[in-house]
Amino acid sequence: MIKLTLPASAEDIRALKVGDTVAVTGVMYTARDAAHKYMVESFCKGAPPPAAEQELYDILKADLKGGALYHCGPVVRQVDGRWKFVSAGPTTSAREEVYEDYVIAHFDLKLIIGKGGMGPRTLKACQEHAAVYLHAIGGAGSLIAESVAEVVAVYKKDEFGAPEAFWKIRVKDFPAVVTMDSHGHSLHAAVEQQSKAKLAELLA
Amino acid sequence: MPTPDLTSAFVELIRRAATDLPEDVEHALRQSREKEAAGSAAHSALDTILENVAIARQNSTPICQDTGTPIAYFHYPEGWSTLKLKAQFEAALKEATQAAYLRPNAVNPVTGKNTGDNVGAGTPVMHFEEWENDYLEVELLLKGGGCENVSTQYSLPNAELKAGRDLEGVRRVALDAVYKAQGKGCAPGFLGISVGGDRGVSYFVAKEQLFRKLDEVSPQADVAALEGRITAEANQLGIGPMGFGGETTVLATQIGIPHRHPASFFVTVAYMCWAHRRRTLTWRAGAVEIK
Repeated sequence: MIKLTLPASAEDIRALKVGDTVAVTGVMYTARDAAHKYMVESFCKGAPPPAAEQELYDILKADLKGGALYHCGPVVRQVDGRWKFVSAGPTTSAREEVYEDYVIAHFDLKLIIGKGGMGPRTLKACQEHAAVYLHAIGGAGSLIAESVAEVVAVYKKDEFGAPEAFWKIRVKDFPAVVTMDSHGHSLHAAVEQQSKAKLAELLA
Repeated sequence: MPTPDLTSAFVELIRRAATDLPEDVEHALRQSREKEAAGSAAHSALDTILENVAIARQNSTPICQDTGTPIAYFHYPEGWSTLKLKAQFEAALKEATQAAYLRPNAVNPVTGKNTGDNVGAGTPVMHFEEWENDYLEVELLLKGGGCENVSTQYSLPNAELKAGRDLEGVRRVALDAVYKAQGKGCAPGFLGISVGGDRGVSYFVAKEQLFRKLDEVSPQADVAALEGRITAEANQLGIGPMGFGGETTVLATQIGIPHRHPASFFVTVAYMCWAHRRRTLTWRAGAVEIK
């Protein structure tokens, strides 16, 4: 088990390889489809951020440098005016494949966390910008919620809805496995190739 | 008889479904863990899954944060009001969402607005059927979006897969569906398959299979044999828990066979994630039981 603290450095990331299990501690953001679309369209296409979005942009720019995005739409509950994560496993990452390389490059992200793996564009961005894809265990919502020590803030909740909002969380020993590293290796591509060959055999 | 108010019983049904994995499903997961090599990513994924199942049950929190689309099949005795049952079930969903047993999952596709309470156009999914029994039965499945996205339908013949209009054709497309899903449906999964029907009935029957107990095989011998064969061969694909590679990709396959139009031959594969959340409520002479 490798302990990883956020913000992470390029050296931290280059040391990781496919198959490593990690425990992540620090501040990260949840982001799903609406958040990714928003980031790419508002911030990553080269134009200055729209005036109304400048404040959130500055926050994200500061927090995501060396940081982590978690593909997750949590179940949340408000207790005495404070938000709490009740169940918070990963969602399918493949849906963000069209956005992630822009986001990694623009914000200098180091960790993308989700489930199911991502495609060649993200793998290439991980190589070029020293980032890794971490696989959390899909469906393990209650267990992962226990590693969320604090909900620091939430942005865009009213606009995107609770599952799609940016939740800024502080995690302690968040469990995950490296399945795409910064050296061009992807466990997902390897398993797909093997299973493709086996399928051909079974259908011969 | 007048329809009783079952709102609070429905809230409990939803809570149980979301937080307490059925025994046969947990048993299947435990068995699959035995098959994975010690120290492998697959074994460790199943460890995490089983630990999570225990935590969710103990804390009464959702097993998975994607509490899915609620799919409910109602069988009711003569004289009951389905309008009232529908209203009660929707009220129960709202209450269960408030209590954080459910995540709000009803989104307007055009505006992107979430209703916030799991009730919207076309959701929850409710099927009502009167039966001759004197008691009410409500089967509830919480089906996550990830596994719904990898569910699929084939129209046979399929030239690419050399799948003709017979059980061998069904085998071929079913394995293709498992291959295409990889780990994205949260493997190890469960396959509810329908052979026949129109496109709509085929999806309906495929999902209905997911309510069968895992040891309940098809009454038809050749279909039962195919169920076992698809599971065994899907596991040879080596996709494994979470798609990490490993011995267990599919835990059970269950096939229903509605009649088809002479011109059509649909095979529908409803993929259910490992968090196979199904519970059944019965109401009999005022007594509620949830299994």
